[in-house]
Formats: sequence, structure tokens, C-alpha cells
Amino acid sequence: MSYVPWSKDEASRLLSQTSVQPGPVLISLQAIQTFFGYVPDAAIGLIALACNVTRAEVHGVLTFYSDLRTAPPPTHHVRVCVAEACQSVGSRALEEGLRDAGLGYEQAFCFGNCALGPAVNINSKLMGRASVDSVMKEMNE
Amino acid sequence: MTLLIEPDYGTPASKRDEKVTVDIDGKKLTIPADTSIMRAASMAGISIPKLCATDRLKAFGSCRLCVVEIEGRNGTPSSCTTPVAEGMKVKTQTPRIDRIRQGVMELYLSDHPAECAVGDECEVHAMATRVGLKSVRYAGQTHLAIAKDESNPYFTFDSTECIVCNRCVRACDEVQGTFALTIENRGFEARVSASGTSFIESECVSCGACVQACPTGALTEKTLLTIGAPTRTVLTTCAYCGVGCTFKAEMRGNELVRMVPFKDGGANAGHSCVKGRFAWGYATHDDRITMPMVREKITDPWRQTSWEEAIAYAARSLKGIQKKHGIKSIGGITSSRCTNEEVYVVQKMIRAAFGNNNVDTCARVCHSPTGYGLNQTFGTSAGTQDFESIEHSDVILLIGANPTAAHPVFASRMKQVLRKGAQLIVVDPRAIELVKTPHIESTFHLQLLPGTNVAIINALAHVIAEEGYIDREFVNARCDMKSFSAWEEFIRLPSNSPEALESVTRVPAEKVREAARLYASANNAAIYYGLGVTEHSQGSTMVMGIANLAMATGNIGRPGVGVNPLRGQNNVQGSCDMGSFPHELPGYRHISNPLTREIFEKIWGRTISAEPGLRIPNMFDAAMNGDFKGIYIQGEDIAQSDPNISHVHAALGAMEMVIVQDLFLNETSKFAHVFLPGTSFLEKDGTFTNAERRINRVRPVMPSRTGKSEWEVTCDLARAMGYEMNFESGASIMDEIAATTPTFAGVSFAKLDEAGSLQWPCNDAEPEGTPIMHVDHFVRGEGRFMETPFVPTDEKATRKFPLLLTTGRILSQYNVGAQTRRTANVIWHAEDILDIHESDAEMRGITDGSWVRLSSRVGETVLKARITDEVPAGVVYTTFHFPESGANIITTDYSDWATNCPEYKVTAVEIAPSLQGPTTLHLQGAHGDVQLESIIRMANQIAANVPTHAAPELAIAHHFVQFWSPEMRERLHNEVDKSRLSALVLKALELESSPAK
Repeated sequence: MSYVPWSKDEASRLLSQTSVQPGPVLISLQAIQTFFGYVPDAAIGLIALACNVTRAEVHGVLTFYSDLRTAPPPTHHVRVCVAEACQSVGSRALEEGLRDAGLGYEQAFCFGNCALGPAVNINSKLMGRASVDSVMKEMNE
Repeated sequence: MTLLIEPDYGTPASKRDEKVTVDIDGKKLTIPADTSIMRAASMAGISIPKLCATDRLKAFGSCRLCVVEIEGRNGTPSSCTTPVAEGMKVKTQTPRIDRIRQGVMELYLSDHPAECAVGDECEVHAMATRVGLKSVRYAGQTHLAIAKDESNPYFTFDSTECIVCNRCVRACDEVQGTFALTIENRGFEARVSASGTSFIESECVSCGACVQACPTGALTEKTLLTIGAPTRTVLTTCAYCGVGCTFKAEMRGNELVRMVPFKDGGANAGHSCVKGRFAWGYATHDDRITMPMVREKITDPWRQTSWEEAIAYAARSLKGIQKKHGIKSIGGITSSRCTNEEVYVVQKMIRAAFGNNNVDTCARVCHSPTGYGLNQTFGTSAGTQDFESIEHSDVILLIGANPTAAHPVFASRMKQVLRKGAQLIVVDPRAIELVKTPHIESTFHLQLLPGTNVAIINALAHVIAEEGYIDREFVNARCDMKSFSAWEEFIRLPSNSPEALESVTRVPAEKVREAARLYASANNAAIYYGLGVTEHSQGSTMVMGIANLAMATGNIGRPGVGVNPLRGQNNVQGSCDMGSFPHELPGYRHISNPLTREIFEKIWGRTISAEPGLRIPNMFDAAMNGDFKGIYIQGEDIAQSDPNISHVHAALGAMEMVIVQDLFLNETSKFAHVFLPGTSFLEKDGTFTNAERRINRVRPVMPSRTGKSEWEVTCDLARAMGYEMNFESGASIMDEIAATTPTFAGVSFAKLDEAGSLQWPCNDAEPEGTPIMHVDHFVRGEGRFMETPFVPTDEKATRKFPLLLTTGRILSQYNVGAQTRRTANVIWHAEDILDIHESDAEMRGITDGSWVRLSSRVGETVLKARITDEVPAGVVYTTFHFPESGANIITTDYSDWATNCPEYKVTAVEIAPSLQGPTTLHLQGAHGDVQLESIIRMANQIAANVPTHAAPELAIAHHFVQFWSPEMRERLHNEVDKSRLSALVLKALELESSPAK
């Protein structure tokens, strides 16, 4: 997935749409991250201004959600489900395999894909019945 | 008195009228519905353990310590979030609850310092003991290694002591309305954070609400840590702005540990701002002068001396001046920073010992038009409401005031109301904070050009009259119909329409129309205003325009409405009430009334002159003319605060005896011959009267540093002048005020101590005081409408001076800065800054942060520039907190036509880049007959401003007699070149005979 480099004008354009919606802070943070890949420090003041809240409030929401990033993401953002259903069908072995293959990943707890575990999410694309091979294949595409 | 611990009921009181009966631990009580179980228990004398609850904040239910059992219900609900219900049976302590509470406290203590820096103040340790926790079994990860945030000069944030109860965050949100704090991260990582930075870099405004709310030592006043725990409390009143907050001065011996806002404070209800809460260090600053000083000439060095010698020297000199130049050649100025009692004694000294009415007060330069305007229309010189009234307002019309900077505690209250849904209309040349600030957005901002207030108020009233919004029922029942008919005819003139005035005000007509409709159609609409209304050439006209608007829409005489001047200084209201004006005795009674004079003459044993004395600017003019040679200046730095400083300096320099009574040497004392050291508010025993007419007690928390009360010094001088003036105490001065002044008849220190505070009028008719005025009828009987023709100021932008300068105050500093400059508040604002719009800066090659030369036709100075969109193009703005920048070198001596309140808010200026910072102040000398020029200008200005429909010459003549000294009238009659006077003035002069010499 490719992201756009930070631009104040682009951010303002996005915020003009998100800031008028109910619960605008979270929606705005998500929109900024979807567009730029993360929430740069420069965006905080803009979001605060657009939503008419303080920087503190934006900071509170931003740091609460682990899915919101304050630094650019790695090229491939891999998340492996380690919740019970996936563990029972081999996510621990999958984790071990990925570590052996030298791949960085994050643990996640359930993508709602329990029938098709182990589940892996790569750059927001969900994979079922994941294996080291299928993950590496997806990474190389 | 010992340390005062205020009760905390845990949750706010219920506002419901309906009552329910509950049983708590076997105690039956009947209380308002929706009261929390915690509060109910507290009211029954049962205190439930708590950490996250406090009665100034909404219940939050996070600490899980206040759990209780309710018969017939499952589980153990938190008592703070559970409201009582009819017939409910509650147990607050059972073995099961004990176990839960011990478990909760064990978890808290497992991540809390074993000993807290604040000792007993830390509620965590207190609660652990309370619930019977013996030991902590858990060990593991903690937050005990986090570094302290010491960035704020007044308080520390020690995250290791923090239990993340959210009280600070909620106080910042709910009480102060700044939203500067948050909880960052989640789970174990969750910590209180100021926008993710240090406190000083954050959005925090240092009001202290979080420190007050914190149940642990996490947020603590630095003085508590350095001085130690306080041992006694003295209730007193803040000496900064006109809000008049009640504080608990917490003392250790004679050392002030901290000022904590008092929950029962009538004006502040437990809230504070950075100035009152923290910026009191000036009171014990090393710069304080504590010994009297004298000198022969102002070029001599000061010489310390005894009180006796200083007083004798001053009296000898003043008497000598009077002998040589006449009885009216001396006078004095009272201070709005001093107590009612101190002010009363000074005006008494002037009227009785000096034998003339040459007394004026610093309100001359701020709210004198309020006095004039509200007196003309309503019959009394005061705001109509109490502060609580705003909680009933649906629409707030805010004109020429910046409460978040100048009246921060009231601003917080206003913000609470606005967040609940009240609508706001801002009339201001600047985009002040309330126009748009987190969680608040004004419905309309009428961004007018400085100097066009009256045009806007007329346009608003025009719409109300033309579109059928006039409350005929109210007007018919309550107002003088003759004045109303004349006003209605005037206001409906097409020349007063928003469309006609758009080119003058620069505000789009449709916006004015919509704002007028919003104000007029509200159930309860209130007007709040500040010096942006009064400090204009038509200040008095504007105040009357505001009063007209309120009367026409029936917005007078009940909660939620009214006309509310926000007073700048702690005791502006009081100093005016105390007879500080040259034409009025205490209680706003004209000096010409023999019955009033008789009341005072009887008690004072002296005859009082029936003629008005000189106003401050008149004194300066007379000094330049050689007729005024001696002045007593109580706590006011006129050489910095008054307009056109060159003129002030020249006038002071022309006097033979200048007596300054103050805490510090200041700009004015450079011209003084006698310096009488004053007392800080922490040493005074008296009263201040705030913007809502609330008389608050000021109690001495420490002994006077000078060994005397200020009023004692005044009495000493009066006696040395030959007038036997004696008082036993502040209380006995108030007794004389009550005995002579009907609106204060029921006021005494004893009654104030009992009631906490009283709002005047307080007398037999209103023994408990008067929160809201004009309820059934106006003080003057019927409300009087006054025609308010818009007369543009003579101070116009020209090719040479194309910009308009307007001045004001910022949050952390206060007026001439004599106090705040001597505190750590300079960390926020260490110099005056000139705000410039981008387009004006760009065109002149001025960059942000660079030096700018600011010049007007009367002077020039150098300031640092800030480029901002808070001012519109064509307008620049600065403050006057620092003598080095001398903003008042620039302002002119143009003034309000009726009261001579200076036109601080409009000065035509030019700006240019400057290579260097401020050097020596550039003062211009005066030329010609300054007094005569002033007389001509003032006379023509009065003629231009009186309504023209009915006998204007009579009104002008009346004005001269009422407000001008006989000497000025005589010069107008006999010395002015008549060709320079307008036709109306000449007609008026025919009616009014020249006073005999």
C-alpha cells in the first residue's frame, strides 16, 4: 500500500470532510492515517483546530488506540491473530515460523475470522488458513 | 483561626425539587431526588471512602472505593454514580464491602510511594488507613521512576503519586473549560498528560483547578513543598480583577503558604485564575517600600524618614500651596485597588481637610461612562445582575470585553453556560478567544472597526424596532413612554439601519440583522461588556445604547438577563460607590444637593463645597495652567496608565507637592516629593466591592509591613492639615459609610462576617442585599430611553497614521504590571507585544518577532511584533503592562464626551520596522494653553453628542453645571474665542450664566 507524503493542504482538505461528522476526532485521525500512513505531529494541531477541541484531547485519543501510529509504518504491516481460536489451529507455530524467517509482525486479538484460522492481516488485507509460505508469498507480491 | 477544611459531599447537589426518603445505615433522611447515595450519606453525617469523587465535579465512578450495598439489588454499585430512590435501603459498611475496599486500596498502594511529599494531604494514604489496609502483597511493575514535571513556576506534577482518578482532567474540562489535560495511552501505561508535553508547553492556563482537585500529592503547589503545611486559614478576597474571588489564605505562622479558592465564595464558587491563585508573591517582594520617604525636588535622591516628618512635610507644603494659590489648588486621586474604607477616608480628607471637591478616581479612565450611562437610564451606577444569573441566559451579547484574559473566573462560568447550549454574540474588533475556542463557537462575531460601537448598537436596535421585536408590554409597564417614543422615532431613522451603517462599521448588514433577531427573540438575553465599550469618545453613549437595547427587549429585572459591566479592578465599583467622583458624594448623590451635603456636614463638622471639583484630566490641564499644584495619589500609577503620558508627565512636573501612596516606587513616584508606603491586600482590613455589587471582606492575614493601615496614614495627613479625622478600625469606617449612605445602610463588618458577602443595596428594604436590581421598578422609577446619535471620533485613520491601535490586557499580566511583573507570571508574558495583521505587516516589511516603531500624533515607542489573524487588517493591538514599552505614550487625550474617560481603544497610528528595541521614551512637550484647548474640545464634543430633538442647549448647559468646575466654566465663558465653539455651545452659554469669580 502506498501513502501520500505529508501535506498540510491535503490534510486540511481531508479534515474539512471528517470534522463535521459526529465524533470527529477519531474519524479525523483515521482519515489522516489512511491517507498519510500515520498521524504526524503536525496533524495534531490541525485536527484540534478543525474539530474545535484541544491538542490534549487529540493526544488522548491518538495514544489510546494502538492501531493509530505516530511514525510511518513499515513497508509491510503484518499482524498475526493470537486469540484462542487461531491458537487452537496453529497460530503459535505460525509465529515461530515467521520469527525464524526473520519477519517482523505484531500480535492481534481476533479479526473475526475464527472459522478460517490462523488469521493474518497484511497491510489491511485479511488472509485465512495462513502459513509461513502463504504469508511470505503475499509479502513478495 | 485554625486550618479551615471545607466539607466535600462527593458529588454536586441535585437541582430537583422533588424529594425522596431513603435509609442509609439505619438513618432515615428526605432529600432531593437524583442526589447521589454518596452525597446523601455525607449529608447524614456518614462519610463513604472515596478518591475520584469531589462535589465540584460530576460523578465519575472510577476509583471503586465508594461501593455500597443496596437492599434488593445485586452487586456493589458505586455510591457516587448511583442516585437515591424512594424507599431505598443502603448499607455503606459491611464485611463484604470492607474486603472490596481493602482490595482496591491494596492495588492503589502497590504502585504508590510509601511516603508522600504532601503528607496528610495525600488521600491515598488516608483512605488506606481508613479502610483498614494492613499490608500490600503485590510487587511488580510500577510508575515510581517517572520524573517530576517542574516546568510550571507554581506547581509540580509528580506522576509517581498519580492514581489516574481523572479529577484533574475533569476539573480542567468541567470547571475551567480549558481541556488542557488528558489521559494518554491505556491500561497500565495510562497516565495524566498535558497534551503530551510538559505543563508549561501545553495548553494549560495555570488556573490551579487541577491542583485543587488532585487527591494526592501528584499536583501540588510548590510553596506547600517549600514552606510546609499550613496551620491556619484566613478568608479574604483577591485583589486583582473585578470578579472578586474569595480565597482561603492558608498560613504557616505569618507566612502565606497558598491561596485556595473558597467553595462558598459568592463570586467564584471555588474557582480561581493564575493571578489570584498564584501571583501574590509581589506582596512580600523585596521591592516593597516600607518606610516613608521625602525629598525637596524630584531631582534629589529619596531620603527615608519617620512617618511624623513625612506627614508634617506633606501637610506643610499642601497648606502653603493653598495659601498661595487658593483652596482649590490641591486635590487627590483615590484608587480602585484599595478598600472601600481606604477610599472613603481619602475622599473625606479631600472634601473636609482640603476643603474642595478635587477628588477623582482611576475609574475615570475605565468605567466612568458606565456610571454616567446606567445612572441616566436606570437610575444607578451599577450592573444589574449577580454572576449566577448567567446560568439562566439563553443568549449572551458580549461587547468590548475579553473575559478569558481579563475576568478569567467569570469566563469559566460563561464557558460552562455556552457549552450547555447558550448562544454567544461577540462584538469586538478582535477575534477574542471566545469567538472560537475548544468546545465553544460564537454564533455571530460582529467584527467592527474600533470607534464604531454606537453605530453597531444603533443598528441592532434599529432591527429590533423595525422588525417588531420590541417588548411593548415591558416598555409600557416599566419605562418612561415619552423618552421611549422619542427614542423609537430616532432609532427607526433609515440612517440607523445596518445597511446604512455597514460602510462605517464594516460589519455586513445581514449579519447585524440576524444577531439582533437572535438577541431579541431569546427568552433570556444578557449583555456583558468591558472597557471596549467605555474607553471611547462615545463611551457613555454606548452604555446608554446598551441600556436601551435591554429595556426595549424586556431583558431587565430577572435572572438570565440584564446589563453587566465587567469591572477591571478589584474595587472599581466600590471606589465609585464611595464618592470618589468630583461631582458626587458616596452613593452617587450629586454634590449640589444640600440635603445630601447636610448628612455629611453634620458628621464631618465641615462645610462641603457645592460645586463639582476637577476630574483627573482637568487636574492635569489645570496643573499646566499653573492653578493646580499639589496632589495626593493613592495606589495608582497615572504616569504609566493614563493616556498621552507626555501630558501627564508635564502636568506632574509642574506641581510643587506630589504625594504617592503605593507599595512600590513606580513611574508616578519619579515626580513625587513624598512617598507614603502602602499596604498589600494581605495586610488590609476592609472590603472590596466587585462587579456584581458584592461587598466582600478583605481580612489581614499578616501584620502591616509599614506598621500602619493606609487609612491611618490618610487620617494622619488630614489631622496635620488641621482637620481632626479619627477612626478606630476599618469596621468603624464602614459604620460611617452605612450611617451616611442609604444603599449601604444595612452593611457592617459583623453582618458581612456572618453572611459571607452582601450585594448592595443592603438596607431596611433589602436587609439581605440585592442580587438582581430593577426587579419591580427601576431605581429611578421608570426606565429612561436615551437617544444615542452616532458621532464618529475625531481620532481618524489618516494617510500619515493609517492604522487604528486598540489596547487591552492579557491573562497573566495585570494593568500597569506593578504586581504581576514582580511574580513568575513573566514566564508567560515578559514584554508588551504589538499584534499586527499579516497584510499590514507584509506591506511594511515587518516580520514576526521583529522590532516595530509605533507612532501616533502624540508620541512613539518600539515594540516587538506578532503577526496574527486575531486582529483584522487596519487594526493593531497591544497591552500596557510594561513601563519600558509605554503604550500610553501613543494614546491621545481624546476622551468620552460625558465623563472624560480616555479613548484608549482608538488611536490612529503608523508602524515601521525598527532596527533596535526600545530606547529612551520619546516624549513630546506641550504647546500653547493646554487647558483652554481641552475646554474647547470638550465643550464642542458635548454639543455634538447630546440628542438634538428637544432643547439640546439646555442639556448642554445642565451638563456644564453638573460636571464642570466653576473655574473651567468661567474660562469657557470669558476666555475662549467664540468662533471656535459650535452654535449649540454658544446657545447653551446664553442659558448658563458665568459663575462669579
